[in-house]
Amino acid sequence: MKFPDVILQTAAKILVFIIMIYSIYILFAGHNNPGGGFIGGLITASAIMLLYLAFDVETVGEIIPLDFKIIGAVGVMLALLTGFGAVLFGVPFLTQVYQYVNLPLLGKTGLGTAFVFDLGVYLAVVGTTVTIIRSISEDL
Amino acid sequence: MNNIVVLPLFIPLILGVSLFFIRKHIRLQQWIAALAALATLAASLMLMGQISSEGIQVLHMGGWEAPYGIPLVADMLAAILVAVASIVTFACLLFAFHFIGEERKNYYVYPLMLILLCGVNGSFLTGDIFNLFVFFEVMLLSSYVLLSLGGGRVQLRETVKYIVINIVASSLFVIAIAYLYSITGTLNLAHIAERVAENGQNGLTTTVSLLLLTVFGLKAGLFLFFWLPGSYSAPSAPIAALFAALLTKVGVYVIIRMFTLIFNHQPQITHTIILWLAALTMILGAIGAIAYWRIKQILAYNVVVSVGFILFGVGVATDASLAGSVFYLVHDMIAKALIFILGGAVVFVAGTDRLREISGLIRYRPILGWLFFLSALALAGVPPLSGFIGKFLILQGGVQAEHYIMAAISLLTSLMVLYSVIKIFINSFWGESLLSEGEQKSSARGTLLPGFLLAALVVGLGLGADIFMPYVDQAVEPLVNPRIYIDAVLS
Repeated sequence: MKFPDVILQTAAKILVFIIMIYSIYILFAGHNNPGGGFIGGLITASAIMLLYLAFDVETVGEIIPLDFKIIGAVGVMLALLTGFGAVLFGVPFLTQVYQYVNLPLLGKTGLGTAFVFDLGVYLAVVGTTVTIIRSISEDL
Repeated sequence: MNNIVVLPLFIPLILGVSLFFIRKHIRLQQWIAALAALATLAASLMLMGQISSEGIQVLHMGGWEAPYGIPLVADMLAAILVAVASIVTFACLLFAFHFIGEERKNYYVYPLMLILLCGVNGSFLTGDIFNLFVFFEVMLLSSYVLLSLGGGRVQLRETVKYIVINIVASSLFVIAIAYLYSITGTLNLAHIAERVAENGQNGLTTTVSLLLLTVFGLKAGLFLFFWLPGSYSAPSAPIAALFAALLTKVGVYVIIRMFTLIFNHQPQITHTIILWLAALTMILGAIGAIAYWRIKQILAYNVVVSVGFILFGVGVATDASLAGSVFYLVHDMIAKALIFILGGAVVFVAGTDRLREISGLIRYRPILGWLFFLSALALAGVPPLSGFIGKFLILQGGVQAEHYIMAAISLLTSLMVLYSVIKIFINSFWGESLLSEGEQKSSARGTLLPGFLLAALVVGLGLGADIFMPYVDQAVEPLVNPRIYIDAVLS
């Protein structure tokens, strides 16, 4: 069917890392700045899509041996359980806690439980987006 | 603050999602799904107990106070409907355990049913109009998949129609929300109600309310029900029972909520329109129900008739008629699930849903037959079953408010409903048996448990109406006096 596109493959190998790092930056920035789990997840999914375009389904399956449906489910569970954690402390569902911690190397860092929720959203978006695009492409 | 309000959403969603991890273990999935429905029921019963002693329960999610944050508001109406939705889902799950084929079991049918329940409960409980839209979409997305699951020719055709109709309705819904937001500057239902009451319901607001009525008319099958008989007769019986019991009722609930809480200042326009639409819905639905000779079509048209009937009580908007509407709404969710389950079982046993090709089932399936007869009587509102009290109250309210024509129409259509379901009973259970013992396509054993459960509720609600009525009265209070709802949320 299709012959290996050397330029696309070489570019993809570098670009995927840049896109991935950017998506993780966006995920972390989401607390106070534009960004967050949803958009970060979409960017990660687009990096995975680029891999699918440059290589084929089997190769990418070997690189990322994960079932994306399960990743989506893990994400939803994570987001829900973070929200439910608040209930255990007797405050309203989805209440977040935010604190500044001095971490080695990073210095004064803000840690919020909202991030864990966002991580759940991120995984859910990656899981569903890749699943949708893969199942559409399988029809072709 | 009361975190129990979130449980009816949380339990089905998290247990539903957890089933994704055990896709191959069907039996374990069944246990967890049934447990999720029961746990949701327990949470909603607890909620009902709290509301009856302490009044409306509000949860400001994330600790952000209304009107800035998004609240969940459990008044008695919402709590009752959540409890009934959980019971109905439990019954449909029990039915599905026996009647859903392998090809669907392996494709997430139980998680989808639970996520549907989450969307339905969320729509009942939310106190924010945009969140209402979101929960509607949660419910609709799972219904799209449940409808198309299995992928038969008819199913796919009906799914496409259903999706197109609902996408049109949903985009109109968002447009109406945008209008409402630009008029009132808020999305919180209680806050919108307060602002509309302060500034008066002018022509623009009334127009937006009619746009919303169109949207929910499409979803509830109020007059715009042309899509409903096809869509509800396409999926397999347990899914159809779940749809018939829950989906249109959410639309009905939202119409009740909107037109008692927010748009209650111009009843001569809005409520008159609701009344006429309800009358037309009853007439057209009843004609459809007696015209067809296929079980699935007849039952689907019966869904339409009852939507018209409930909204007749909402249009009249007196204490009695609203209490009747609430009671009948509860009755109808249970009775529709029951008759769809039994009707589905008849189709399974006979192997066809054409009435002229079924005959004499009572010889082999007497219990199924008598259960069907009981549910047919309940559907028509024969005392002492649960349909009677709701019908009586709605008619009482209607006659007191001097809507004689509407009352006559609803009585006439009740008779037509009775005729249509008795037609199914007579044709499929009486007469010469066409099947010998060995030839039956399926036994109906799986229907008996959910059938008896729901039939017991239908009988119990009718005989124990005195016990249930205080809850209904409490549910009607915020409908008659929206101030109670507004104060509970904004205080």
